Amino acid sequence: MARLKVENLSFSFGYDTILDNINFEINEGEVVSIVGPSGGGKTTLLRLCAGLLDRQDGDIDNSFETQAIAFQDPRLLPWKNVIDNIAFGLKAMGLSSVERETKAKEIALNFDLEESDFAKFPKELSGGMSQRVSFARALVTKPKLLFLDEPFSALDIGLKRELQDHVMELIDNNEITIFFITHDIMEAIRLSDKILLLAPDPGRIVKIFEFDVPQSQRDDEYVYSQTAKLLSDREIIETFELEFK
Amino acid sequence: MKSLLKILRDFPAYLWSGWGAIASIFLFIAVWDVGNQIYGDLILPSPLETFSTLWILFSDNGFMENLMITLRRAMVGFGISLVVGTALGLLAGFFVTASIVSRPIVTILMGMPPIAWIVLAMIWFGMGDATVEFTVVVASLPIVFVGALQGTKTLEDKFEEMADIFKVPRTMKFFDIYLPHIFSYVFPAWVAALGMAWKIVVMAELLATSDGLGASLAMARSQLDTASALAIVVAMVGLLMIAEYIFLEPIKREVEKWRD
Repeated sequence: MARLKVENLSFSFGYDTILDNINFEINEGEVVSIVGPSGGGKTTLLRLCAGLLDRQDGDIDNSFETQAIAFQDPRLLPWKNVIDNIAFGLKAMGLSSVERETKAKEIALNFDLEESDFAKFPKELSGGMSQRVSFARALVTKPKLLFLDEPFSALDIGLKRELQDHVMELIDNNEITIFFITHDIMEAIRLSDKILLLAPDPGRIVKIFEFDVPQSQRDDEYVYSQTAKLLSDREIIETFELEFK
Repeated sequence: MKSLLKILRDFPAYLWSGWGAIASIFLFIAVWDVGNQIYGDLILPSPLETFSTLWILFSDNGFMENLMITLRRAMVGFGISLVVGTALGLLAGFFVTASIVSRPIVTILMGMPPIAWIVLAMIWFGMGDATVEFTVVVASLPIVFVGALQGTKTLEDKFEEMADIFKVPRTMKFFDIYLPHIFSYVFPAWVAALGMAWKIVVMAELLATSDGLGASLAMARSQLDTASALAIVVAMVGLLMIAEYIFLEPIKREVEKWRD
């Protein structure tokens, strides 16, 4: 079984310790969220796990064959149209142009993009549409491991729900493993099996919350009640500095 | 290949959009004719006379030979600028030290008036091809260099990061991420350099050679043959316009279509 295992991971920029002795494990099929305030080292942790940064101390063992990512900003290539952007990861995998186009078009329609949008360049797309394309690009490759770097945070609630539902579908079918970074606790509760609370200065995991109810059975009531529970948790209050002074 | 076909397909629509430009050219010619009626044929020959002189020139072998000589010089100089300038610009863009070192040198090269280069080149290379070609290279190379440097320096990490997660191979990274971005800077620089090369070549010829369009222009001046002089100018401008609007502009539009 594939997994991502992080052991005794520490990281610093110069004299600034960003991450201090991080340990966790993501097994195949799991959704693990890292929750914490901004500037707490969440993105650094993700970049280390995704292999975008060279690690300094500790071990990261990533045995997933394929991976993809959706960022907060869509990062579409401005010189490629919608379909070519979606097919970018497929091209990297070496698929023929016909195969790429078929798959890209199929998923684009699935993500509520219109056929008339296919030839558009990113400059002509709205923010929400760009994020759809970005998600389609990540999911069309059928990645074993998906990194989500706060991809919902700039979206309106309707679109947020819609994209989360796409992810949820994959989770229900046990098709995907997700490493999810967010500062939105409610979002994390909706999607995750495990939430790791990352406290800043230096970044360290102070608490792990686990959820047993399958994602598809989590209705709004469940999400709200769990959110309320977490928000009254001592560690969460301290980490996010929620106390009224 | 695909974009080449697209350029050809869009070409008629592009030409059709040129009516406005043609109208403004005719307006210019009309003003020119008014100038002729005020100042007379010696100072400003009429458009009609100029164009009929141009017609005669084009059927004259000697003129065509001079035109070819000038074209050759411009192309040699521009070709060297294009290849060397692009290569050096890319190198300088990829290495911080190189870009720091090259910046003041480029400023000096760009700030130096071409006429000064012509004088120096005449001393160094004498009267002939080398002087003209040298001046063209010196004047147009910095433009290409700066374009390539800008293109490389403005490459964004965020796309590379995205590509790394998808484990994009090196060659694909080059063709899909670096090249489109760099080309969108380099190509306009090439166009600007071509215009510069064309202007400088005539100027250098006028002072430093006994053949080519520039020399013909000098000849027309010494004989007070204003109609020929104007006809040569029209030929020069016309050729540049054809190169720019028939060949380069459609390519540029295709290349830069994705830009804001």
